[in-house]
Amino acid sequence: MMSTDKQVVKTEPENEFTTTHHVYEPHRAGIPPLANYTRELWKRREFASEMSKATLRGANTLTMFGQLWLVLNPLLLAGVYFLLVQVLSGGNRGGMDYFAQLCGGLFTFYFVAGSMSTGAASVVGGGKLLLNTAFPRLLMPFSAVRTAFFRFLPTLPVYFLFHILAGLGFHLSMVVSIYFLGLLIVFALGVAAFFATMQVYFRDTTSFMPYFNRIWLYMSPVIWSIEQVPARFTKVLNILEVANPLHSMLGGFTECLVNGDIPSLRTFVTATVWAFGVFAIGSLFFMSREREFAVRL
Amino acid sequence: MSSLSASESVPTPVPTPVPSGKPLTVKVENLSVTYRTTFERVPTFKNAITRLGRGQRAVREIEALKDVSFDVPDGTALGIIGNNGAGKSTLMRALAGILPPNKGRIEVHGRISPLLSLGVGFNANLSGRENIILGGLASGLSRAQVEARAEDVTTFAGLEEFIDAPMRTYSSGMYSRLAFSVAVHMDPDILMIDEALSAGDATFKTKAAGKMAELRENARAFFLVSHSLASIQQLCNDAIWLHKGELMMRGTPQEVCAAYTKFVQVGDSAVILEDL
Repeated sequence: MMSTDKQVVKTEPENEFTTTHHVYEPHRAGIPPLANYTRELWKRREFASEMSKATLRGANTLTMFGQLWLVLNPLLLAGVYFLLVQVLSGGNRGGMDYFAQLCGGLFTFYFVAGSMSTGAASVVGGGKLLLNTAFPRLLMPFSAVRTAFFRFLPTLPVYFLFHILAGLGFHLSMVVSIYFLGLLIVFALGVAAFFATMQVYFRDTTSFMPYFNRIWLYMSPVIWSIEQVPARFTKVLNILEVANPLHSMLGGFTECLVNGDIPSLRTFVTATVWAFGVFAIGSLFFMSREREFAVRL
Repeated sequence: MSSLSASESVPTPVPTPVPSGKPLTVKVENLSVTYRTTFERVPTFKNAITRLGRGQRAVREIEALKDVSFDVPDGTALGIIGNNGAGKSTLMRALAGILPPNKGRIEVHGRISPLLSLGVGFNANLSGRENIILGGLASGLSRAQVEARAEDVTTFAGLEEFIDAPMRTYSSGMYSRLAFSVAVHMDPDILMIDEALSAGDATFKTKAAGKMAELRENARAFFLVSHSLASIQQLCNDAIWLHKGELMMRGTPQEVCAAYTKFVQVGDSAVILEDL
C-alpha cells in the first residue's frame, strides 16, 4: 500500500467518487444519489474556488486596471442607455437618481448574464480535465458563477458612488437587498448549470446568447422601473411579473437598494420560488446528463 | 520510440510472476462501453436544424469495448497492448470511473490514479502549478496534500524555473515530463500509465524508468498501456491484448506480445506495424 492518505481513506464513505472502493455499473438514466453527490461536491468546493481564482488571475482581473476594465464596460452601457432614454423621453426622465438606478440594475443584470455565458463555456472548456478525472461536474458551472460574481463585485463601489451623488441616502431597508442578491446567486447557479449542459450538446448555444440577453434586459425592470410603467402596459407587466424571473428578483433588489423600500410579499415569494426552482431544474438537468459529458467532449 | 523502451540501460528488477491466490484489486465482468458520437466534429444547433429535412441520423454508436472480463490480483503489473482504436484508453477511463459502463460491472479496490497526468495542461493559460493543484483538488485531495505534491512533482520534472509560467509556453518535452511526474506522484494504490506519457530526453527517460520500477514494486496494481512491446515485457508480469474492443488474449507478456506480433504481421492491419 502506497497511500499516504490513510486517515482520509478510512473516514471516506463509499460512493461513486470515493477513492478507495468503487463499483461501476451501468447507470439507469437519471440522477445520481443526491446525498452522496452533494457531499462530494462540498468536499471539493476548494476546487471550484481555486478554479475561479486561477481564471481571474489568468485574465488579469485582479490587477487595478483589470478591475477598472470590468467597471468600464457596464458603465459605458449605462451611459448609452441613459442618453437613449433621455432622448426618447424628451429629457423629462429623472437625472442622477435615474442614472443610479440604471447602474444598479444593469450591473446586477450583467452578473446574471455573465454567469450564463461563463457557465455555458465551463464544461466544454474543461475538456482534458473532464476526460481524465472523475469528480462531480457541477463544480465547473458553479466555479463559473463565482468568477462572474467576483467580476460583479468591483462594480458595487461604483454604484454606491452614484447612489451618493444622486443623494438617495442610506436606509436600513437596503439590507434586504442582500436577500435578493442571494436569490440572484442561487438563480445564476441554476442558469449556469443549465446552459453548461446545453453547450455540450449544441456548441453554438453561446452564439444565441447576445440576442437572448438583449431581449431579457428589455423585459426586465432595468432600463425602466416598475412604478413608471404607463397604465396601458399593466397587462404586460402582470404577465412579466410571473413569467420573467428577473422581474421579481432584480425589481426587488433595486427597490431595496435604490429606493430603500421593502418590496411586497408577492415579490418576495415570486423571487424565492423562481430562484430555487431554476436552481433545482438547472442542476438536476446537469446531473442527469453529466455522465455523458466524457464521451461528448 | 517510447520512453519506456529506453530503459534498457537501467537495471530494473525483473517482474515477479503474478501472485496466485491473492485478493483481487480489480475485477472486470462482461464490460461493454458504447459511445454515441455525432457525425459532426462539433455538434451545433444550426446543424441539427439544417439537417432535419435530410432525415439523417446524427448519432452513430461505437462499441469501444465488447464483453471484456478479467481479474487483476494484488501485485499484478498488467500490460495492455492493441492497435489504435482497440479500446485501451476507454478501458483505463472506465476503470477510473470516468466512462460509465453500458453493460457489465467493474469493481476496484484501492485508490486509483485518476489519469490526472493526461488532464494536466487542460487550461494552457494557467501555470503548471495551477494545473497540478486544480487536477489534484478535483480528484479529491486536500489542499495541503496537493501543495506538498506539487513541490515533488516540480522537482522530479526538473521544471523549478518554469512551474509558474503559463503552460502554453512549455515545450512538448516539458509538457510530457510534467505529465509523467504528476502521474507518479499522486501515490495511488493502482497506478495507470498511458502511452501518452512517453517523451522527454534521455536523462529524463532513465529517471522515469527507475521511478516506474520503484512504483511497480510498491503499488498494489500497475496498468501500463504501451505500443512498446519491449517495455511491456520488461515492466509487466501479466498482459492482455485488445482488438477492436474485444479481449483477444490474456497471458504472460512474452506469450501475448508474441501472439500480437504474429497477428500484426499476418493480419489485416499490417499498417499498424510502425506503432511497434
